[in-house]
Amino acid sequence: MSENILRMEDVTMQFGGVVAVNNLSLEVNQGEIVALIGPNGAGKTTAFNCITGVYEPTNGRVSFQGEAMVENYPQGKMAKSYAGENQGKYTQKLAPTPDAITRRGIARTFQNIRLFSALSVFDNVLIAKHMRAKQNFLSATFRLNKAEEKRMREESMALLEEQGLAHLKDEVAGSLPYGLQRRLEIARALATSPKLLLLDEPAAGMNPQETQELTDFIKQIRKEYDLTVFMIEHHMDLVMQISDRIYVLDFGRLIAQGTPAEVQSNQRVIDAYLGVADDAEN
Amino acid sequence: MLQQTKSKKGTFLALILTAALLVLTIVLENTLDPNTNIMLFTTLKKGAVYALVAVSMNLLNGFTGLFSLGQAGFMLLGAYTYAILTIPVADRASVYYIYNGSAVNFSLPDLFGGADTVPGLILGVLIALILAGCVAAAVAWLIGLPVLRLKSDYLAIATLGFGEIVRAIFQWDALGPVTNGANALKNFPTFSSFNITNESGQVVLRLSTFVAFLIAAVCIAIIVMLINSSYGRAFKAIREDEIAAEAMGINLAKHKRLSFCISSFFAGVGGAMFAMFANQAQAKTFTTAMTYEILLIVVIGGIGSVSGSCIASFLYVAASEWWLRFLDAETTIGTFKVPFLRNGFRMVVFSIIIMIVVLFFRRGLMGDKELFDLFRARRKKKEAAK
Repeated sequence: MSENILRMEDVTMQFGGVVAVNNLSLEVNQGEIVALIGPNGAGKTTAFNCITGVYEPTNGRVSFQGEAMVENYPQGKMAKSYAGENQGKYTQKLAPTPDAITRRGIARTFQNIRLFSALSVFDNVLIAKHMRAKQNFLSATFRLNKAEEKRMREESMALLEEQGLAHLKDEVAGSLPYGLQRRLEIARALATSPKLLLLDEPAAGMNPQETQELTDFIKQIRKEYDLTVFMIEHHMDLVMQISDRIYVLDFGRLIAQGTPAEVQSNQRVIDAYLGVADDAEN
Repeated sequence: MLQQTKSKKGTFLALILTAALLVLTIVLENTLDPNTNIMLFTTLKKGAVYALVAVSMNLLNGFTGLFSLGQAGFMLLGAYTYAILTIPVADRASVYYIYNGSAVNFSLPDLFGGADTVPGLILGVLIALILAGCVAAAVAWLIGLPVLRLKSDYLAIATLGFGEIVRAIFQWDALGPVTNGANALKNFPTFSSFNITNESGQVVLRLSTFVAFLIAAVCIAIIVMLINSSYGRAFKAIREDEIAAEAMGINLAKHKRLSFCISSFFAGVGGAMFAMFANQAQAKTFTTAMTYEILLIVVIGGIGSVSGSCIASFLYVAASEWWLRFLDAETTIGTFKVPFLRNGFRMVVFSIIIMIVVLFFRRGLMGDKELFDLFRARRKKKEAAK
């Protein structure tokens, strides 16, 4: 098995005339925590959507565990209006649906929380177990595979206990406080038994204390579940604290990459995104 | 694990309640004179049929979040399949007299010894009911291929169109030898066929309402079991958030198709039961208005509540068929002629009642709760008060 678990090659996503992600190539290695940062509208979430099958990229390839998973090239009208690079380099079309990608072992959370908000906390996690269930709808309806149902319930319960959400299991997910909703969304993603976890702004809307708790939480789940984490985040303290490597995106293009220290001192990154330290401090 | 004991208790209660209800129907039907209480038994039978169809529609609209209006179309498919398969061979010439006999020359009850014998009746009707569901489900699978790519209102429009097309096709003259054209199919086993008679033809034990309740109860129980299974949870996930459901590994196309086919299966069985209730099957009865009636029941009962659909179904049928009948008759008290009361006034009052219900129960009578949730909530409150 190759060392990089996720590899994006020349991924370009063009909506009409707008190139949202332009020729993005990056690698995430097994066991790393990698962050993708950049100003608003830089194309970070679009890049995530290209990985998870929500969008089909216009051109380029995404490989997972050394195997091409998503691949596309400009076709039809797009072949003429394509404004990106590397046209003709890719010649096959692979466009699995998001559920097929989740089944391969990539789980994600969303920028604006997408829980099943009318269902209970327990059901939210239990639903994620459905994917790996072997029973068909008849055996499920007539309870022919009680062992599997029991196992799904036990695993979900165990997961909730590990995440410290067990006492809330009968609560309606939408009624939880914001920080717990974020945590439940991560727990639900973990319930799909992923190898790679994509977090889209997990600390959005959190106060410094909650952010610190989340930082510890991400470190902890990486260790416990042997995960690789790829995340989009704006909280620089969190990013600099836990990332092994950082990619910086601006206007759809990669402008820098490296360790937190390297990125922090990179002039292009400072100009485009980080800015200079506040004058008031001087 | 607490969850499981709770649901077990609920299942047990539901079973007892259903059994009690079934016994009650037998007792009622055999103690009350059916000739003087026609409306009561009509309401009970039609209510049972509508309850099943409403629950099947709720599975799709309330639990999977697919707004479909094809229910009457699938009922029609079920009703015709049932009728065509069960009309006794001996009666076919008289039923299909316009077309000089039927193109289908076998009858399921006849295969098992005829509709007059116990195995012929039970096996014949049972298999015909299942096949009625299968035909509806198969057609649902076919039209689901293009139609389920649509969402919300567009899906509703497409399925509504499907219902109209099916109705037109079944009235088509060229299909006459099979569907009897625009004429009714009749003489097949109905609910009344299940009444037990003695040798001189006198009814000893009336079971017609019981049979209607039994079939509806078994079908609704299966739907409830499906809803409470892993697949039911997946359906609810799709209703809540399609994008999140997909990200959790739920194959949208597969699960939507599954829900659509199962819902149509039970709509088909419900259609067959409607034919049994009405003693005939005729395409022109399965109109869009029928779909709206069922939609109304689902909405009044609460979108996403099975017990709500059942309760609303009986209330709806009772109000529209029975309790408000007096409004249609011109009445004079002494010399005073009561104003407004005339043919058609019933529907005016009925519409006003529905408006009031919808105004005061925005989420239906039950919301998305079940009957047992209400008991549980009350018990919790009591415990909290202590």
